[in-house]
Amino acid sequence: MGDGFRVAMTRSELRADIEAATEEAARKAKAPPLSAAEQEHLLDIYASRAAFTAVDIGDQVVLSCDGGGSKMTGSDLQDLLESEQRLGQDILELWHIEYSYKAIKTILPFQQQLMQNAQLMLTAPVQYGAQPNLAFYSKPDGPADNWFELLPRGDVAGARAAVMEAMEYATQDFVYVADGMLEAGADGVDFDTTGGAGDADLFSTLRAVRHVREKYPEAGIEVGMAGEFVIGVHGELEWQGRRLAGLWPREQLEVCQEAGATIFGPAVNIRTGKSCCWNTAYSLTVIKPCMDAARIAVHPNVGQGVCGVPVNGYPGEDVASRAARAHVDILRCDGL
Amino acid sequence: MDVTHALAAGMGGIRTAGDLVARMQMARGMRLEEAKLYVAGRLGCSVGDLSDSSAMEQIRGEKGLGRILDHSNLHPGEPNAMMAKFRIAELLGLRINSVERFRELAGL
Repeated sequence: MGDGFRVAMTRSELRADIEAATEEAARKAKAPPLSAAEQEHLLDIYASRAAFTAVDIGDQVVLSCDGGGSKMTGSDLQDLLESEQRLGQDILELWHIEYSYKAIKTILPFQQQLMQNAQLMLTAPVQYGAQPNLAFYSKPDGPADNWFELLPRGDVAGARAAVMEAMEYATQDFVYVADGMLEAGADGVDFDTTGGAGDADLFSTLRAVRHVREKYPEAGIEVGMAGEFVIGVHGELEWQGRRLAGLWPREQLEVCQEAGATIFGPAVNIRTGKSCCWNTAYSLTVIKPCMDAARIAVHPNVGQGVCGVPVNGYPGEDVASRAARAHVDILRCDGL
Repeated sequence: MDVTHALAAGMGGIRTAGDLVARMQMARGMRLEEAKLYVAGRLGCSVGDLSDSSAMEQIRGEKGLGRILDHSNLHPGEPNAMMAKFRIAELLGLRINSVERFRELAGL
């Protein structure tokens, strides 16, 4: 199940879940449902009794990560070396446990030194990652008024003004940290869990993405999303004439690639009360329209709690490998 | 979960050519097929070789692109890490940020 609880399901029950999920996803995202052949392939993946499954030889994809590694090996450098030498990660990520651009701003020189040292010791590309987390810029954590308190009072104008103020601080921090890490030798930056605080969170990030693209033409820029649907916290923010509130993955991809991202990571939130098979069918249907619109690499997020992987802290190998294979086989995506 | 994904769907990083394909996605935004074709062309191998750890160990060794190091596979005197990245930049026709920083700070 989506919460990690193990259940036994018949092939018929799995088929029924796939049909229901793809129909619901198609209706909500205004996307075509999975084809009969795709549904059949997904059924074969989930109906297998195997403890583990994998893509076909030659179909392997690039793995990026948000955070990544274990943080249990003593130091960031050792952790990155293990990720490269033992896990065979394609893209490594230096990160800090205060995984927020606002927090990283205060320790940037320490992170820059780590990046410089890491780059001397590693062969694989190393990006720097953190989350936009726009809500950290509102009271009591930040300087702007708290729009989540103003909105219930009906003060829409006040809430929007607070959001706009927070966005200015946020973009400044994203740019400051991104510039700093790229000047220290990073191969790219990762804006992870973008849109977690809605359309304003995404807008703040897109401005930073555009800045990085213009200043560093060959820097990697990964934008990983927080969910399949952008919440309208402000409600009227537009990027290049397109309203951000209400965007589904295909449109999220389009604004990100227009801003200058090179890797887009769609995320589809787990429904904990539904089976993993249901969740993967839903995720595939919602993300699939991205694949035709993409001019950049698309790496669906298959971490805990998104895209068919249970929200459990220790997802089983059976469900995690099924989610990975299903996304690669059916989406023909560029990475995970 | 990292191990699960690496085994289920990952290219294999520097065990294969995963890092090289990744660099083309990061720097140029290439889709997977385009990036694999580009890297295979630069290496002079087939696309199938790119995720074959046996083939890539030989190719990476010959071209000095850095390989996995463990107690039974040590390669002293062979480029790895920053040294290998100088060669990767030249091979792929890319400006690798850390290589440029190293060149600048070392006064090369």
